Amino acid sequence: MLEVDDLRVTYGGAVRALRGVTLQVPDGKVVAVLGSNGAGKTTLLRTISNTLKLHRGKIETGSISFDGAPLAGRDAAAVVATGLVQVPEGRRIFSRLTVEENLRAGGMGSKDKSAKTAAQARVYDLFPVLAERRTQRGGLLSGGEQQMLAIGRALMAGPKLLLLDEPSLGLAPRIIAQIGDIVREINAQGTSVLLVEQNANMALRVADSAYVLDVGKVSLEGPADELAATDAVQRLYLGHAAGEESQVQQAVAKSTKTLSRWTA
Amino acid sequence: MTTFLTLLLNGLSLGAIYALIALGFAVIFKASEVVSFMHGSLLLFGAYTIARLNESIGFFPAFVLGVLATAAVGLLVERLLINRLRGAPVISLAIITIGVDIIMLTELTRRIGSDILNVGHPWGGEFVRIGGVGITENRLYAMLTAGILIALFFAAFKFSSWGVAMRASAEDGETAALMGIKLGRVSALAWIIGAGLAAVAGLFLVGSPTPGVAPGVHNVALRAFPAAILGGLDSTGGALVGGMVIGIAEAMAAGYQDQLLFLGRGFGDVVPYVVMILVLLVRPSGLFGTKELTRV
Repeated sequence: MLEVDDLRVTYGGAVRALRGVTLQVPDGKVVAVLGSNGAGKTTLLRTISNTLKLHRGKIETGSISFDGAPLAGRDAAAVVATGLVQVPEGRRIFSRLTVEENLRAGGMGSKDKSAKTAAQARVYDLFPVLAERRTQRGGLLSGGEQQMLAIGRALMAGPKLLLLDEPSLGLAPRIIAQIGDIVREINAQGTSVLLVEQNANMALRVADSAYVLDVGKVSLEGPADELAATDAVQRLYLGHAAGEESQVQQAVAKSTKTLSRWTA
Repeated sequence: MTTFLTLLLNGLSLGAIYALIALGFAVIFKASEVVSFMHGSLLLFGAYTIARLNESIGFFPAFVLGVLATAAVGLLVERLLINRLRGAPVISLAIITIGVDIIMLTELTRRIGSDILNVGHPWGGEFVRIGGVGITENRLYAMLTAGILIALFFAAFKFSSWGVAMRASAEDGETAALMGIKLGRVSALAWIIGAGLAAVAGLFLVGSPTPGVAPGVHNVALRAFPAAILGGLDSTGGALVGGMVIGIAEAMAAGYQDQLLFLGRGFGDVVPYVVMILVLLVRPSGLFGTKELTRV
């Protein structure tokens, strides 16, 4: 179980990216974190994976623990060793390495050969297209295939909890649906998932529970289906019109104080 | 024709030595984004250690110990200085290596004094003749050893876990760290390899036709700089090609200096830099270098 408690993070000592975030990811669940650009979603993941320092960010207060052990102070590789693996935003596959080498790089944290072989079989099983293209350079894959490679690469480390940062970014709707199914599948195989998304539609479909992040704070939380039914989420993230056009416009305008879409 | 072939062969053997040094530059640059200006000292340190140890324990143990000692110096510099300053501007790190270089060179110059130490290679300075083409035994062995080491290096770089980790972290350090790759370890290993290769190059550079270990050997490493740069500083294949180009160009310019007399004496020494500038005019990031070398 991942527990984030009252986390405050600043960049360069001035920009407050997270302003007191508390959330939990229970074992075996899919938890979604929704939010618009600049809500602090990526910062949250950077803080968990401890790459904040590379971006001149700093934890002001608050704590993160995984299975009861605090994560602060461990370097990125040590966090991976505890079973927390991140799929970074924008896929960030190693484009000059082949598909197979990308997967090898993903399994670099552990020395257990048989576990790695099993992980690789699992990845090729989940993504048959990667098996077909194993000798191709990562940069030659399509966007959807790159996202699959990025997820597969993270699975190579045998994560207990997978952190996904906007896997739907820049992908076609059909591929997004496919990614959603894959997340379900990975979860069904026993890996918990923290899914950070702007695409609330997909995220709420696959998640058990969700948090809505707004300018560095949790503004809404609850089970995914309940959250999907609330007005605010419907209007701002799902795009369903609850009533007439003008009413929606008004409602959005009124709600900007608490939950605004375009605060960058 | 014979002259040409002789010069070509000698150029190749010199190029093989430069390639060893340039490979070291490239690996270190890839792994820790540091341009190591201390390779001259590492090279001299390696050659000096081998020469000194040779007096007491014989050549081959001295050779192994010398290479290990040089690799240890590389590791020490990485652990104590470079790794602690990860994320510092590239220029500052380069200047640190210049500082280390000055300290090491001063101490080594003091120890060597005005003598020229003889390494006492088991092979002499005789000429081997293949057909009409002549090369000193030392240079022939240099070419063979460098060939084997370079092949081993490229095999490791392509297939071993270290190679994959190295290439992954060179391409995207942050993501590599997110995958559990220990960047510090990759960088440490690169320094060990870079320094070790420099020591091997040093051993052959101080053999015939060069008289022996003298502080002047330090300058030779500087000639591997153009080799690494014209190949593209972040490309290992480029280091190999660059080394060969510089080696051959230098040997040719020295061999045909009578014909090149209008350029003045000692043109051979300048050739590496001239070749580098010409290549960079056409391809600013080197022959095989990646276009954008600086990450923002």
